[in-house]
Amino acid sequence: MSHDATAVGEPTLPAGPAGLLAGAARKEIEGKSPWALAWRRLRRDRAAMTSLGVIAAIAACAIGAPVFAAITGHGDMEQFSTIGRTAAGQPVGPNGTFWLGTDDLGRDLLVRIAYGARVSLFVGVVATAVTVAGGTVIGLAAGYFGGFIDSVLARFMDWLLAVPFLLFAIALFSVAVQKPIFGFIGAGLPIVIIVLGFFGWASVGRLVRGQVLSIKEKEYIEAARAMGAGPWRIMFIDILPNLLAPLIVYSTLLIPATIVGEATLSFLGVGVQPPTADWGQMISTASGMFLYGPWWYLVFPSVALLITTLAFNIFGDGVRDAFDPRGDFSV
Amino acid sequence: MARFLIRRILQGLLVLLLMTFTVYAIFFLGPGPQYVARVMAGKDATPAEVNAIAAQLYLNKPWYEAYGHFLSQLARGNLGYDFYNNVPVTTSIRQAFPITLSLVIGASVLWLAIGLGTGIVSAVRTRSLMDRFFTGQALFFYSMPHFVLGLLFILFLYQVLTTHGVAVFPAPGSWTPFTSNPVAWARDLILPWLTLALVSAATYTRLTRGSMLDVFGEDYIRTARSKGMSERRVILRHNLRASLTPVVTQFGLDVGTLIGGAIITEQVFSLPGLGWTAVHAIQSQDLPLIMGIVIVASTGVIVANMLVDIGYAVLDPRVRLH
Repeated sequence: MSHDATAVGEPTLPAGPAGLLAGAARKEIEGKSPWALAWRRLRRDRAAMTSLGVIAAIAACAIGAPVFAAITGHGDMEQFSTIGRTAAGQPVGPNGTFWLGTDDLGRDLLVRIAYGARVSLFVGVVATAVTVAGGTVIGLAAGYFGGFIDSVLARFMDWLLAVPFLLFAIALFSVAVQKPIFGFIGAGLPIVIIVLGFFGWASVGRLVRGQVLSIKEKEYIEAARAMGAGPWRIMFIDILPNLLAPLIVYSTLLIPATIVGEATLSFLGVGVQPPTADWGQMISTASGMFLYGPWWYLVFPSVALLITTLAFNIFGDGVRDAFDPRGDFSV
Repeated sequence: MARFLIRRILQGLLVLLLMTFTVYAIFFLGPGPQYVARVMAGKDATPAEVNAIAAQLYLNKPWYEAYGHFLSQLARGNLGYDFYNNVPVTTSIRQAFPITLSLVIGASVLWLAIGLGTGIVSAVRTRSLMDRFFTGQALFFYSMPHFVLGLLFILFLYQVLTTHGVAVFPAPGSWTPFTSNPVAWARDLILPWLTLALVSAATYTRLTRGSMLDVFGEDYIRTARSKGMSERRVILRHNLRASLTPVVTQFGLDVGTLIGGAIITEQVFSLPGLGWTAVHAIQSQDLPLIMGIVIVASTGVIVANMLVDIGYAVLDPRVRLH
């Protein structure tokens, strides 16, 4: 999401002190778009930029997961039943061969954690995108049309915000594990994305609806209507661009929540299924055996998960402060 | 007030209806009627038994008749039969319910105490070391998944301490009913409570701090101070009272989150409450039990939300107009 801000903001940015000096020499007054101003504020936020670096590093680990496999010489699914496990069949602690130790099946934990980053980031980004897209369209429709449509959609959003989504994830999974629901919702990644998207869009929908309710009373919307613009044009061309800043802020803060959601589903056993490497699932398996045993199996995936969510949350806070220095967005 | 009450209760009923329909769609419409009858009858059922169940659940009728039958059964408090444990679903739920309730009530008390306490201190002493510490810890716990925090508690506060001879916290899975020994009850639940409370309290630290700082800018606070009112009184009587409004609203919305957190916490600490029971029922494919738990827990959340809204309208008359 931050890439949008970059793409919009960069062209008007002076390139560091040299750029500023050149601008001053020309004695031109440079107009700065809100995007450029936000990007400049974000650039100065050291905590946010550090977190962005951490996020980039995690993404690099996810994309370059096969590199970890190549360097260590251990595949992500490869089970080392002799060197990867003790005589009693227990995981081996961190050593020269297995830097972060092995798991219950004698697989290299470092390689598995790198592959696990793929699932976390993929779900974090895809489910957030689904959530934001769905919430935006429905929130726009509810806010713009008002009346009966709005009442129905608003009640529906209230309901979605009130129900514990984990219970419904358990319900969906328990049915889908035998037979895909309606023939296509199968256990595993599809359920994870559907559950997180279905129960997540309402918060975005409520945010968008609230903003649309105030924007649609503005004169320029009336002008657009007087010029004969249809509802779809007004919603997507005239109103939507005003919502981009709060949506970007909300999306960056939604990604860590989604990552935690995915890990939680997998931890409960209703998310990503073995043998796919996944942090929540690794922690779940480790939780059954770490007492008096392999602490590394619990600690390393937990630390990976925590660093990821922390980095996204600090970055999200920075993005919010950059776009909204006065604290006007109610996110 | 009467109009508000009626409207809010009707809304609640509508939401309940929506919830039961979703549950019905997941369990009955999703997999198709024949499959449902086979699963509901249990693994060892004969074809004749399966047919009997199908007739009993109106599965051979159109879906709206079957759904109507499902609703009428619910209205009578009949949640079906838990074939795996050979008892009615209500019996299984009644066993698990006190555990979840104890967990949720204790955690909310801790959660509000920690969230409000740290939030107030942060707002009163802005930019102090304490403020930085509380704001920092809020961000940390806010990013922390429940299960990671719970497992780290078990690893460090139970295992490491116990192996070093300091057995302060009980082993995970310990549970004593409140009625038999309140002290042991609290001791067994302290780590689960902390797990649930610390993650959620983080939001409240930030919310209380922000809200109080906003109110400190109001004119009437300046008036109160200029009248020579003690700072303590200004904070507690004038500021806190106004700042609590968004906190109460948030708490009403968070009842559902609390139940979600309780499911995970029960799983981490092996507490056989509603969440633990539901997760374990997946392995035995005990669908009637899962369905019953989803309905009971969702109903609890919907009713709690309604009560918070009504209580809120009693405190703040402006709410009734919306």
